Amino acid sequence: MIETLKLEKIFGYKQALKSTTLNIEAGEVVALAGPNGAGKSTLLRILATLSRPTRGRAAVNGIEIPQGAMEARASIGYVGHQTLLYDELTIAENLRYYARLYALEKLVPKYEGTDARILEVAKQVGIEKRMDDAVRTLSRGYQQRVSLARALLHRPKVYLYDEPWTGLDQSSSHVLTGIFEQARQEGAAVLFSSHEFERSLAAADRALIMRSGRIIYDGLRQEWRDAAGFAQRYTEELTRATENTKNKT
Amino acid sequence: MIFYRQLYAIIAKELAVEWRTKETLSAMLVFALLVLVIFNFAFDLQGVDIRVLGPGVLWVAFSFSGIIGLGRSFAMERDKGSLDGMLLAPVDRGAIFLGKAFANFLFILVMEVITLPLFVILYNVPLEWFPLVGFILMGTLGFSAVGTLLSAIAASTRMREVMLPVLLFPVLVPLLVASVKITQGSLQGLPFSDFQGWFNLLLAYDVIFLVVAYLVFEFVVEE
Repeated sequence: MIETLKLEKIFGYKQALKSTTLNIEAGEVVALAGPNGAGKSTLLRILATLSRPTRGRAAVNGIEIPQGAMEARASIGYVGHQTLLYDELTIAENLRYYARLYALEKLVPKYEGTDARILEVAKQVGIEKRMDDAVRTLSRGYQQRVSLARALLHRPKVYLYDEPWTGLDQSSSHVLTGIFEQARQEGAAVLFSSHEFERSLAAADRALIMRSGRIIYDGLRQEWRDAAGFAQRYTEELTRATENTKNKT
Repeated sequence: MIFYRQLYAIIAKELAVEWRTKETLSAMLVFALLVLVIFNFAFDLQGVDIRVLGPGVLWVAFSFSGIIGLGRSFAMERDKGSLDGMLLAPVDRGAIFLGKAFANFLFILVMEVITLPLFVILYNVPLEWFPLVGFILMGTLGFSAVGTLLSAIAASTRMREVMLPVLLFPVLVPLLVASVKITQGSLQGLPFSDFQGWFNLLLAYDVIFLVVAYLVFEFVVEE
């Protein structure tokens, strides 16, 4: 479902991704962890076709990107740092707008209808009672739910979520858990990044850890604790290094 | 068919957002009015043929206030990340360009519809509306097309407020000169053949920049 081979991305003099190779199968939920600047968002943006790789190859849902980006986009559901919503429009208007962009009328069965699909995803993320409220009047957590609904509308085969817990409180986390579970059942692939390692591991089947543009750990479900221990040691090491730098300054 | 539905969705969204905020239109209108008033006081219009001087003032008001609207066109989308939302969708980049350009064209047109009568009153200009409105539409079309493209480029730079006029005005020179000359000819009641060369230039400018902007827009908005 998601494949990369020796993927590289260079911004000016900075190499954000270094020879990144990964393979995520259908029905897999994979957590992407690592400190700031590790290359998580860059990798997700390339896979979402928002950025072009400098070298290497990538394929999403069996479609090579960026060559087949237009076709691949129909099967990608992406949630980024920003909500990608229009503050002045209501939840319903935002979702209807994205439904038109994704040509939802062609994707959902006629008997179901576009509005019914919009209502279905709204119920799934728990926003159906505030459909006529402007996005600017919503809390960050609620906006994040609308953003999740936007990314679910077109029934994507590949979910790419960059820090999806942003703004969601503990009680709202079940929304994401439900989305991941549904993705597993429908045979979709999920790749999400998060700083919250314990939370990520609880939701994922497999963990990838990135550092300085490379995947330095790729562990399966059975190795969760090892991964957690690795991440813990890594975080401590990083904290010490940061403090040392501060002290020297 | 999908292309046109997506195009309609983008235009409808642009209009809905502007209808709610009215930020772009109000800023453009106030600025256009200020330009007309300031030039009215700054120039000594006694003994001057306003049909020669007026078109320059009019197009300065149109272009300067139009740039305010164009500047906001992509800056807001970049700031809020909603441009990524459009780019993520399987939408032809040409549809995004045409949608944004058409919305900008409409906003600038509304500003012009209100500014033109004020110009007539403040400068006491006798004019024949019919041909002049057509020429203004043509000038506005080219202005919106090239402005939308360069607004997308400027929005991805750090100094976008400065960058847009710096990039746009040099490219606009042929369009502005042709529009002023055509407006002068129209106000003076000259036969069309007297300014047909400028008309042809404006027509060619519109066609070339609409096509070029449509084709290159994909490379401008994608990383």
